[in-house]
Amino acid sequence: MSAGTTKIGVTVTDIVPLNDLVTRFKFERRDGGLLPTFSGGAHTVVEMKAGGTTRLNPYSLMSDPADQTAYTISVRRDDEGRGGSLFMHRNVKIGDEMVISYPVNLFAMDLRARKHLMIAGGIGITPFMAQIKQLVATGGAFELHYACRNAALGTYADDLTKAHPAKVHVYFDDDKQAIDLEKLLDGQPLGTHLYVCGPKGMINWVRKTAEGLGWPEETVHYEEFLAPQSGKPFKVRLAQSDLEFEVGEHQSLLEAIEAAGVDAPYLCRGGACGQCETDVIEADGEILHRDHWLEDDEKRAGKKIMPCVSRLEGRIIVLDR
Amino acid sequence: MSTFEFPPSIISRPVYGTLAPRSGKHHLMIADGEGAEALFDLAAKDAALMARADIIYLPVEGDVSYAEKLRDIAPLNLYVGPSYSAAVPRLRRVLQSAHMGLQVYLAGTEGLIGQAMFEATSAGIPHNAIQTEHRGSVARRMQCVHCKGITENVMTDPFVCAHCGLHLFVRDHYSRRIAAYQGVCVDAEDPGNVPPAVRLYS
Amino acid sequence: MTIQFNEETFRDDYTFKNSQWAIDRFPLPFHEDSYMYSVNMEQHQGGPEGSIYEKRFDVDEHYIAEMKDRALVLADDPLRCQSLPHMTLAGWDLLELIMVSKSEDYPDMFELHRDGNKWHWINKPLAIDQKFVFMDEATLPYGPMEYITRQTQGDFAVLDQRDENLWMDAGMITTQADWSLDFDIGMNFFEWHAPVPKAHEMGIFKRALKFLLNIQQGVPARRLNWTMTVNPLLDTSPENYHKWGVQKTTLTPENVGQKQYLRVELQTFFRLPRSNGMVFPIRCYLIALEDLVTVPKWGRRLHRVIRDVPVELATYKGFIDNQPMIVDYLAKFDDGLPTSDGIWPEKATEPPLNM
Repeated sequence: MSAGTTKIGVTVTDIVPLNDLVTRFKFERRDGGLLPTFSGGAHTVVEMKAGGTTRLNPYSLMSDPADQTAYTISVRRDDEGRGGSLFMHRNVKIGDEMVISYPVNLFAMDLRARKHLMIAGGIGITPFMAQIKQLVATGGAFELHYACRNAALGTYADDLTKAHPAKVHVYFDDDKQAIDLEKLLDGQPLGTHLYVCGPKGMINWVRKTAEGLGWPEETVHYEEFLAPQSGKPFKVRLAQSDLEFEVGEHQSLLEAIEAAGVDAPYLCRGGACGQCETDVIEADGEILHRDHWLEDDEKRAGKKIMPCVSRLEGRIIVLDR
Repeated sequence: MSTFEFPPSIISRPVYGTLAPRSGKHHLMIADGEGAEALFDLAAKDAALMARADIIYLPVEGDVSYAEKLRDIAPLNLYVGPSYSAAVPRLRRVLQSAHMGLQVYLAGTEGLIGQAMFEATSAGIPHNAIQTEHRGSVARRMQCVHCKGITENVMTDPFVCAHCGLHLFVRDHYSRRIAAYQGVCVDAEDPGNVPPAVRLYS
Repeated sequence: MTIQFNEETFRDDYTFKNSQWAIDRFPLPFHEDSYMYSVNMEQHQGGPEGSIYEKRFDVDEHYIAEMKDRALVLADDPLRCQSLPHMTLAGWDLLELIMVSKSEDYPDMFELHRDGNKWHWINKPLAIDQKFVFMDEATLPYGPMEYITRQTQGDFAVLDQRDENLWMDAGMITTQADWSLDFDIGMNFFEWHAPVPKAHEMGIFKRALKFLLNIQQGVPARRLNWTMTVNPLLDTSPENYHKWGVQKTTLTPENVGQKQYLRVELQTFFRLPRSNGMVFPIRCYLIALEDLVTVPKWGRRLHRVIRDVPVELATYKGFIDNQPMIVDYLAKFDDGLPTSDGIWPEKATEPPLNM
């Protein structure tokens, strides 16, 4: 199978717009059975079919991992994006049948941690919702710091502060409230693990600050769903399949390969898991590596590419597929 | 010079480095015997570091000359103890109330480095974040895989388990959790045929 | 299907015997007439009916006897089963995986009834009837990993996935081919494989790890590994090596067919969902050379493999001293005829021995 994981047929059983930007979706199994259990931080890849194109977007599971009757995700509408979130917001209705993947976790907690310190920005709150439920059930210490624009857009801020008043701290950007990160990170007990999920800028800021304060790399965890960026079109030749086609401006290399009818392996579709790693036979142009998977020397050597997020700036790339 | 170049070996065999100054509010340094020289070298690279350094020093064979010199590099705190095992409760207490960002430096024999590293990793510091530098004796801590007893200061291969008396050959396979190399019965397949003991690394 | 369980021993008087059924389904680990390491992983999604691959956790005639032997090993050395504190959730994952799989795959022997967290497990062959609360350790006689692996054939290495690596942080290891859980617990994938010769330079472990890290729930994988053991001794642990090592010297040209065993490990690899860890079951199958050579293709093949195996491998696998005697014995069952690719016996199509 091309996906490194199994697919599940589901029905959309609830849609709740939480605020201007964020809508919550609930999925239940079409065949009435139980959904697979999962570990907090996992995501599911949702298939969206529209006008002949299939889009696959990962969304963090925010429901309780122990609840196998339904999965819940929250989608933030991105008007500038490639259309996945718009599709979810505009085209999906209660009762619709969709296909989602089994859960995959690329943002797992370190279960040895003495304390889990969580920093969320905006829609980045979603994986922590599931992780907190898991920690409450299994007895783990956590503390959440959640930055969002304002109360209206503070998805779930109310629910979280009500459920865990001493452990949840919310900061509204509009009110000029900001996480005093240096103060927060200073004085954390040895054995604390730090988790950050949110916009790229926030992730970079937290990682850099933690590093400067001497936090070891292995104690800082982050998840960033890299959406494939658009870029200039380029040609692809698949040596094994003997096919040649073009990758469109708003289409990822992986999507173009799939559109050409080739079953290429993939898993996270976000440049993090390594499953889609493909050998480059030849490249007339520069490979734009946008993944977190390949080593620096591998990127420099130009003999490998992660088609889910990376592109060519140039004429044609020949792949061993 | 008390440095030794260990021959390259299997991937589970620890590899030691050279201590380098790191930025941070609190630095914990643990050394035994000639490991003090690595701390002198470190102080020479960054004297100001010592103002934020807690040193636990275990002299070997009562050699106190290093202890006096360590005072001269003006650490925030210097503790000179009679042995590593006597220092363990103190070390655990220090780690218990330490904070993220603590930098740990270990210098001296493999046994000291391995055991102190176990305390630090148990407290939550990833082992790759802990700096190590070997100085002094190359004797090994060996665990007998048969009786689980640890024999200290092993310098020959094979050697006799200090607990169950079996003759054990020295493997390079190393456990961070036990802070020791593995010793396995050398004459299991030909009982009584024990090869003559050879000095390690000769 | 009903299985006739053997009453047999894997120590002392060694009454272990394979029935014809067990011989016919034995997993020969060689698909060609020579052997070298490879990342020989494949999907673990069933196999030919009656084969060892068909079920998720294969149960055979040795089940009860193996569990009795395990209990003896643990009574003598409890350190063969250990779980670092953060691995309890993974232990529940494993318990769930085995109970669900076995009750579905062998409904005549195992039953699992679940009412929310109130579970009821029935293991007919071992006469176990246990009610307990899932995720509540206090309601089981042992921790979850120990509880269920005392009832399942094979060893179990339970791994935590962190920092792009796998860490052996728990396990039930009583039928191992000479490695120590007590020593290796806490090591990562490269470290616990450190003693294996040649494979590291070949990049085998780097490629294997990448594959394993991406294994997902519901899509397990498998591979075969092998070594040789004198006598059908399951507990070939380093802990007891000073007791069993000397058995290697009891091999003679007259008894090599009876006493020399090929020992094959079916290694499977499952993702554990609640903990995001993994479990590596290592299922051990033993066959005496004299039984193996009753299959003409296998006799021909094994002779060629053992004759040509590299010195480092024969040394690491512990049979270097007996290798000449083994090769001499097997030579009697190799008529030089070609063998077909693949591990299956092909009794219908492979020609009988023509010596």
